[in-house]
Amino acid sequence: MRLSVDNLACRRSGRRIFSGLAFALGPGDALAVTGRNGAGKSSLLAILSGRLRPDAGRIDVDEVGEASLPECLHAVGHRDGLKSSLTAGENLLFAQKLLGAPRLSPRDALEQLSLGHAHDLPVGYLSAGQRRRVALARLLVCERPLWLLDEPTAALDTASQTLLAGLMAAHRAGGGLVIAATHQALGLDGAAELRIEASAAPEPEPMEDWA
Amino acid sequence: MTRAILALIARDLRLAGRVGGSGALSLVFFLMIVALVPFALGPDLNLLSRIGPAILWLAAVLSTLIGLDRLFQADEEDGSLELMSAAPVPLEGVVLAKVTAHWLTTGLPLALASPLFGLLVALDGTAMGATALTLLAGTPALSFIGAVGAALTASIRRGGLILAVLVLPLMIPSLIFGVSAAQAATGGTVPFLVPLAVLTALTLIAAVVGRISAAAALRWPE
Repeated sequence: MRLSVDNLACRRSGRRIFSGLAFALGPGDALAVTGRNGAGKSSLLAILSGRLRPDAGRIDVDEVGEASLPECLHAVGHRDGLKSSLTAGENLLFAQKLLGAPRLSPRDALEQLSLGHAHDLPVGYLSAGQRRRVALARLLVCERPLWLLDEPTAALDTASQTLLAGLMAAHRAGGGLVIAATHQALGLDGAAELRIEASAAPEPEPMEDWA
Repeated sequence: MTRAILALIARDLRLAGRVGGSGALSLVFFLMIVALVPFALGPDLNLLSRIGPAILWLAAVLSTLIGLDRLFQADEEDGSLELMSAAPVPLEGVVLAKVTAHWLTTGLPLALASPLFGLLVALDGTAMGATALTLLAGTPALSFIGAVGAALTASIRRGGLILAVLVLPLMIPSLIFGVSAAQAATGGTVPFLVPLAVLTALTLIAAVVGRISAAAALRWPE
């Protein structure tokens, strides 16, 4: 698939977060989104995943048939979307049935993240890093061309970070796209970098007069 | 799309049965309210059997609220709602699946158990059957109306009370026609089918309006 974003602006609670963002990605491309805390990295990912309405600008998707953008992507963020009382396998099986386009079985996907032993354990028993890896295993149980990752290495140990880098490389080699918001090097070779800058002077907002 | 909706219903039913799910809680709550009334009113069987359908319906309305505040909030908090918005199902379909699962764990068991609980308020056979039938036809409306409130309060912490204040007034029409249908079955001037038809119509309207409103409330939380 191809994704192009032009002149994108975001406003939350009346405050302009960023404006004039533009980038274009083709098959196999990756984009590392950087910027200080609160610059709007997560907001950008939320706009792409359709959870937030952009204030201005346009997002175009090509070469995906009739699917809409939210149906072409996997989003893994701070909230992992896992149910504590279900086992890792049940969580992944549900995601597979919900999202469609099955690829690996939940057990194989967990094996890939060296978490095969957690298949029958309730997710509530797992550590933060293991939960994150179960959420990342969702990337493998369904085939989707665009991966939106928000701080994917948070809570991951070095071995798992290497694993994740390998998975992203394999995904890109297969023509997939990766957009990752991060503070750390992710091992995305040849990735473009989009730095969301702090707007130097916030545009003067007409304050509403409540008096 | 059907497969995704069925997967959602199956997941919610499974969650309801696990630790922290509301499971059979609303049924127990229903029993509690119905059992309290004879203690409060005293052993006047004529009075009890006259107001019995009303008590069962009031209890059903109140026990629908159990678990309603977590209907969307739990999924909003842990990010499952984001996962669902990436599914090849419109949010209206997600709402339909979640309401169906909610009804299967609250409304349906209430309707099926109501003849048994009718014994506690001295209902005769006809009244028991009529009340169970009206609950079966009317409780889906309660779940759909509740879903709108649940969607509106999904991102509010401790929104349970606001939810109750929001949705209880909207449940009044179903309550009125549910009770009047149950009472019409045991006597009175109105035939049983008239209020039952209105009750069913209310359920159908709630199924459409509730689904669209709840999805709209979930779609743009800001």
